[in-house]
Amino acid sequence: MSALPTSQAGETLCRRPLLHALPAQPGLVLAVLFIAVVAVATIWPGLIAGADPIAADPLQAQLPPSWQYWFGTDHLGRDVFSRVVHGARYSNLIGVSAVAFAATIGSVLGLLAGLARGLVDEIITRFLDVVSAFPDLLLALVLISFTGPGTTNLIFALGVAFVPRFARVVRAQTFVIARSGYVEQARTFGLSRTVLVMRHVLPHAVAQVPILATIGLGTAIIGAAGLSFLGMGPQPPAPEWGSMLAEGRNYLRVAWWIGVWPGLAITLTVIAISVVGRRWQAAFEGRRSA
Amino acid sequence: MESRQTSALSPAPALVASRPFKLRRNGLPVQIASRIGSGLLVLWAAVTLSFVSVHLAPGDIVSLLIGEQLRTPEIEAAIRAEWGLDEPVLWQYLRYLTRILHGDFGRSYLLQTDVSQLVLSQIVPTLKLTAAALFVAILFAVTSAVLTAGRRIPRSIAGALELTLVSTPSFWLGILLLYLFSFTLKLFPVSGDRSFSALVLPALALGLPLGAVVGQVLRQGLERALEEPFALTVRSWGTSGLVLRLRHGLRHAALPAVTLTGWLVGSLLSGAVITESVFGRPGLGRVTVEAVLGHDMPVVLAVAILSAFTYVMLSTLVDILYLLLDPRLRDEGREAAR
Amino acid sequence: MTTLVDIRNLTIAFPNRLQDNRVVHGIDLTIHEGETVALVGESGSGKSVTARTLIGLSGAVVGASRFEIAGDDVLGFRERDWRRLRGTKIGFVLQDALVSLDPLRRVSQQLADAFGHPGYFVRRDVREDSRALLRSVGIPDPERRLLQYPHQLSGGLRQRALIATAIARQPSLLIADEPTTALDATVQKQILDLLAERKQAGHTLLLISHDLAVVARLADRVLVMKHGQIVEEGPTKQILSKPAHPYTRQLLDAVPSAASRGFRLSPATDQAALPTEAVERRLPLPPKRIDAAQTVLSASGLMKRYGGGAAVVNNVSFDLAAGEALGIVGESGSGKTTVAKIVLGLVEPDSGTVLVDGQPWSHRSEAERQSRRASMQLIAQDALSSFDPRYTVEKIVGESLDTVGVFGSERRRRVIQVLDGVRLGASFLDRYPRELSGGQRQRVAIGRAFAPRPKLLIADEPVSALDVSVQAQVLDLLAELQAASGTALLFISHDLGVIHHLTDRVLVMKDGRVVETGAVETVFAAPKHSYTRALLDAVPALP
Repeated sequence: MSALPTSQAGETLCRRPLLHALPAQPGLVLAVLFIAVVAVATIWPGLIAGADPIAADPLQAQLPPSWQYWFGTDHLGRDVFSRVVHGARYSNLIGVSAVAFAATIGSVLGLLAGLARGLVDEIITRFLDVVSAFPDLLLALVLISFTGPGTTNLIFALGVAFVPRFARVVRAQTFVIARSGYVEQARTFGLSRTVLVMRHVLPHAVAQVPILATIGLGTAIIGAAGLSFLGMGPQPPAPEWGSMLAEGRNYLRVAWWIGVWPGLAITLTVIAISVVGRRWQAAFEGRRSA
Repeated sequence: MESRQTSALSPAPALVASRPFKLRRNGLPVQIASRIGSGLLVLWAAVTLSFVSVHLAPGDIVSLLIGEQLRTPEIEAAIRAEWGLDEPVLWQYLRYLTRILHGDFGRSYLLQTDVSQLVLSQIVPTLKLTAAALFVAILFAVTSAVLTAGRRIPRSIAGALELTLVSTPSFWLGILLLYLFSFTLKLFPVSGDRSFSALVLPALALGLPLGAVVGQVLRQGLERALEEPFALTVRSWGTSGLVLRLRHGLRHAALPAVTLTGWLVGSLLSGAVITESVFGRPGLGRVTVEAVLGHDMPVVLAVAILSAFTYVMLSTLVDILYLLLDPRLRDEGREAAR
Repeated sequence: MTTLVDIRNLTIAFPNRLQDNRVVHGIDLTIHEGETVALVGESGSGKSVTARTLIGLSGAVVGASRFEIAGDDVLGFRERDWRRLRGTKIGFVLQDALVSLDPLRRVSQQLADAFGHPGYFVRRDVREDSRALLRSVGIPDPERRLLQYPHQLSGGLRQRALIATAIARQPSLLIADEPTTALDATVQKQILDLLAERKQAGHTLLLISHDLAVVARLADRVLVMKHGQIVEEGPTKQILSKPAHPYTRQLLDAVPSAASRGFRLSPATDQAALPTEAVERRLPLPPKRIDAAQTVLSASGLMKRYGGGAAVVNNVSFDLAAGEALGIVGESGSGKTTVAKIVLGLVEPDSGTVLVDGQPWSHRSEAERQSRRASMQLIAQDALSSFDPRYTVEKIVGESLDTVGVFGSERRRRVIQVLDGVRLGASFLDRYPRELSGGQRQRVAIGRAFAPRPKLLIADEPVSALDVSVQAQVLDLLAELQAASGTALLFISHDLGVIHHLTDRVLVMKDGRVVETGAVETVFAAPKHSYTRALLDAVPALP
């Protein structure tokens, strides 16, 4: 007699704060644990992998995974496990920095457009339209062709490409909230515009930004790896996941492990971040609609 | 209308659609004209932006345009003549605009060829790849959404699969597919673009992660539609569940999914660059990467403007489609005929 | 007389991992052919889910000792069997056809779906049938309507079209779940007339409603539901005139009307005050203190139009004295909410003036108004959206004291005092809006409005989203507080009963104009304008 879906079970879960929901959700717990490991690898990779990620040893080249080399060795005889662990720093920091850059600039632009409206809004919106008319990666590529490859340039290029998505959400949010019942109500109390904006508009307009940033971080990490794969990021012999994959691609016929582990690292990291981000988002939206 | 975008935190960057704020109280032709108009505006701004960035970039323009090519007086003179560098900036700008309007993207001094010809010669393999990937993406998305929406267990399985696919870089997926199907099973060629079978793996690598994103949005839309009161009404007529999903639900679900088009086009073009590189396919992506690494500015700009053109054209088209898909928008503001 | 529906001991549950979440606890329901049966209850009573169970679309776990529809035992029914039954044996009508019909498909396509001949192109004979069907539900010019989309029809036509889809295959039983709830009074009347016609023609109807007055017009038999149980059942006349169950009585008493003027709608909170053998069930409200000499609000010649459209508010004038309650009544689109916004200074009138306390209020700078705003407070229809979701009740109520200059421990004291006044108490200080029930939210909103001790209160449809018994409590509270404080009240509503119950004078609005004004008793007893008469006529009344 089952028919139309009912969302009753889901709703009650959403209302619980994130931390309370932890024990009931093994997936979320795993994701958080994995992010913790990745964080350690980012900050203090030596703690997890002792071997030098750059030291080459031609005698030990292309060894399959073993007890000594967990993930095997690459064409130059470098320890792939150590390179994957040390690579976390490059990939994640590029992702985090690019997203932080985009979130900051995007929020400011979005707030400006949403609050000022009129001409300022029109100009900012058009600007965002133009920026997003260039596909993300292609825009980053164009910027890199001006600045040249490298870590900082990659962060900047990716960051610019990500600005519109933040700006748009914040602007839309600002619009909606400025027209909401509680802002209208607060106006009837005789509060000044500044108080109104600071108290009721601003906190809500930017409330989603951290969540959006978390979800965007996954995309940014993939984007950064992609650009590095093309040779636009940190230059060899830096152990960046994307450039490791580019090397691995060339040795796929003889040594699959070089091209598998870095990709797995990217995918798992992004999955873990997405799981946390979406959980957070669901909790946020549940709180709002409940 | 706002409501469609307020919970804009969809899994994908569906947020790029700025549509809700553009709704005007006008009839269909006026609305279509205004969409086309703003598309043209964006294109003009994009071309202008490329011109401005060439001029604002550090270093002199000649060395920017010349790329990693030996600088000889002849080449320098050719560049100066082509870009009109000895004339006032406004004149240069008009000249640039006219050139691009005529489809002339100048010369690549690095490759010693006409940029437009280079791009034209490489565009077909890229189109083939993106079209095939789009097909894969839509097929995956529709199947997954229609079969699993609102069904608890299939839904969570599809959800997990999609999450994994979304989180997988397409180039790594490509590497895995290569290893599995080309090197181990030897089912498909390793590289090139000589046969249809050479298209299968690249299309999967590029299309599946995108299909996963579209699938998520489609399922959400479908589930929302199935919870609307009209779904109950339709079922009370004795309509079967599958018919409800296909005939009524999918159209509603397509509305939010359509806002993804801009993002989808961008991702296809971006993704093609990397996918071509993984599979050693010829195409615009290869050209772009080589141009970026070789600082071959005229080629980079041409590709950028071309992709912006594609993007704007397609999303304008979809905007118009959107109007046709939802009769409510067409009559926005016009009072209901009594 | 054949029995169409025969259900014994029906239970409905939405189980999850933790509990079985039963929403209907063993009810019996029998419907005979030709009968009109009504299931009455407030939200959460289980009436709608019961109706959906009859067509196998509740999505719940259903149990019963007997469950027969038109002679078929449906307990063992599979989806395929249900589909054969839907539309042919039972038709189903929901409220608000704007969302209950597929907004993306033309009326003709939806009718074809309902006839069981779906497809993009509609067959000629189906088209023929559709036309006849639309005519039979009173839709003129069916040829044109067939080509339209639901949103292009007016509310009344749309609801008729929805009913047409439900009766397309001539089901033996029509279930109507709140068929008129989203409609304006005059349109509601037309739809009720249509259902009454069907009843006359001998069709069977199961009516689901929260509105006893609607039920009174149509039903032969009434079942009153509360918390998933049927508390009382019997012929309509008997239930409405001699209710046996206290809940039925409470429901009837809660309906605001001419008869309830000056009396409480809800049972007194302290039962001791209620004489057990009272002949008069109602308790009186405290008397109002109207100071006719002191005009708090004066509006004259208000005009407002947006863009190039017709005037939303057209030459509206009125005065409001201290302690007086002025009602503005009108259907949707009459401009009553815009009047409220102009009075609040949220919208500037194109012409005309508003005086507050004799001082000019319209066409002033916001800075000038800010200091005077505390004397004027708003109670919005949707209390929840008028609260900042990040704020606790203490901050929500406290914020209205900002401009009065009450801060710190004094503010806390005032807020607690206010919460006590609206019968919530200090335990609610730390609650968030989403943790409150609908009634509690509206109490907080009322408390917040009274907190700065305003001279004027503007209430825009403050009870229209509430269940009737909650509405009764909120209206009582509002009346008490208004009487005690001597605040002037501008009360906007579409509900004539509420206006009649609560206000002293009334403004009847239509298309932005005031068509009639005067003392409530006079206007409602002897309406002069034809529109007022039509409005009053359209309101279904309890006997």
